[in-house]
Amino acid sequence: MFLTIRELVFARSRFALMGTVVALIAILMVLLSGLSVGLVDDGVSGLKKLPVTSLAFERGVAGDAAFSRSVVDLGTVDEWAERDGVTDAAPYGNTLVNAKTNGDVDIDLALFGVQPGSFIDPEPARGTRLGSDPNEIVVSATALDAGVRLGDVVTVDRVGTELTVVGVLDGQHTYGHVDIGYIPLRTWQEIRTGTAPGAQAPAHAYEEITAVAVRSASGTDLAAGDREVGTMSMTLEESFGASPGYTAETSTLQMIQVFLYAISALVVGAFFTVLTIQRKPEIAVLRAMGASTRYVLRDSLAQSLVLLTISTVLGVGIGVAAGAAISSTPMPFSLDPGSIAVAGLLLVVLGMAGAAIAVLRIVKVDPLTALGGNR
Amino acid sequence: MSAGLLLDEVTLRHGDGEDITTALDEVTLRVEEGEIVAVVGPSGAGKSSLLAVAGGLTVPDAGRVLVGDVDLSGTERDRARIRRERIGYVFQSNNLIPSLTAVDQVRLPLTFGRHDASRDPLELLAEVGMEHKAGRRPHELSGGERQRVGIARALVTRPRLLLVDEPTAALDRRRSHEVVELLAKETHHLRMATVVVTHDHDVLRHCDRVYEMADGRLKPTRPALV
Repeated sequence: MFLTIRELVFARSRFALMGTVVALIAILMVLLSGLSVGLVDDGVSGLKKLPVTSLAFERGVAGDAAFSRSVVDLGTVDEWAERDGVTDAAPYGNTLVNAKTNGDVDIDLALFGVQPGSFIDPEPARGTRLGSDPNEIVVSATALDAGVRLGDVVTVDRVGTELTVVGVLDGQHTYGHVDIGYIPLRTWQEIRTGTAPGAQAPAHAYEEITAVAVRSASGTDLAAGDREVGTMSMTLEESFGASPGYTAETSTLQMIQVFLYAISALVVGAFFTVLTIQRKPEIAVLRAMGASTRYVLRDSLAQSLVLLTISTVLGVGIGVAAGAAISSTPMPFSLDPGSIAVAGLLLVVLGMAGAAIAVLRIVKVDPLTALGGNR
Repeated sequence: MSAGLLLDEVTLRHGDGEDITTALDEVTLRVEEGEIVAVVGPSGAGKSSLLAVAGGLTVPDAGRVLVGDVDLSGTERDRARIRRERIGYVFQSNNLIPSLTAVDQVRLPLTFGRHDASRDPLELLAEVGMEHKAGRRPHELSGGERQRVGIARALVTRPRLLLVDEPTAALDRRRSHEVVELLAKETHHLRMATVVVTHDHDVLRHCDRVYEMADGRLKPTRPALV
């Protein structure tokens, strides 16, 4: 570190310029990470919070549209409940609707139909759980940001079903970028079949659900259950891909992140290549004086590590501050410490890889060049 | 008894195929401890090759090189160790590190590894008359001052062998005289074997022996030249 620190101090303008670029990349990484996590949360946070290990959909339904197309017979719930390793099984319904509150707020809702008292019937943070009244709804806390209030009456478009907001869940519960509202299964079945209040629902309406919500011990043979019951199980994580737009959004963002990582490695590598080439005569002198390859390598890489670490920490700090400001806007953005730590670490590791390639090319420079011309 | 430096029938060739040039042609040179030897000759005569071989920067095609009783025919790793422990270099363009102050330039070789008999960098700077500029960087020093710092850097590890490449190039006559006098004084004081490659005939007055290099061959010159 003898040379490292002294060179960083001496050429501080040059290193500050390099550090600024690394910090800008770090900011971009934090923002992309926040956007990525935000979009995931917006798409599947409600699913993530379901206390289930798997969902049994209709056999043969398209995997990326299972929530909207799957229709499973209610009777399969009992069949799943009797399977070995399954601790809980409950009917689950999923429908997207447009609605309006009595406060004249237009809102899109993902209606999750659940049997009140079942293991997927959520405990609200405010208000009460779903009760015996079929016209109750428990909504995501994010619905309050859209203007919904506890006690409001929400009217479902076209069908006209009126639902009273009796409970508000803790935090964000969204599905397909839409706030979730938990309603009694029977009411959900009527809305799904377009049955207006007071009208007679089709005979099959009360026999159909979207999927069976299953909670089972690890190692439970879901495939055997599917064969027996005639369903198609997805683990909870697999079911995220069936959420509208989830796969396309996440793969696009992942691609952008991968490119950003690659670019950052190239940029940092290019910086250190130029820097190291400029240091070539100096390294030749060090080697002529007897500095070992390890010494030169350690010195150069320590310089890169100090620069990358300081710049990344600075960039992440600015990124987090900017992200905190963005989080208060409607943009789907969420700062996840784990993702940010991984992004920052990757930037440092890839930067070090780029620097190492640059340094390795030059560390074995012939010490003879320190003597200069031929005489 | 071993010499400070012994080059024994050393041959060094550059290039390959039909384009081979002989930089050193069966060169033999013995420099005793406390002795300062000058090598003169035109550009391309092989003077730098002589320094490179003597300092273990390159391995000769034939012959052997001994610094004290240590053979320089080992691996680059071994030769690097010998360079940092036994050999001091004073480069033509002093080759100071731009980011380091004068005292740090002198301290630098001590960071390469353990040195039991190293000298105090500040005392050494005082010895070369540079203690008052210990905190200055190379761009804040004159050519002569840089060369003095370069000499102090070469001496800090108490080398057995001091190799000096054109120490007075780019220095005026008075500065040249000071630098060469300093080299001669340190050589005798520290009992080093010193080889000075130079174009400057004023340097020769301070040397114990003078050799001339031409076409890769080394021969003693007549004292009259000195």
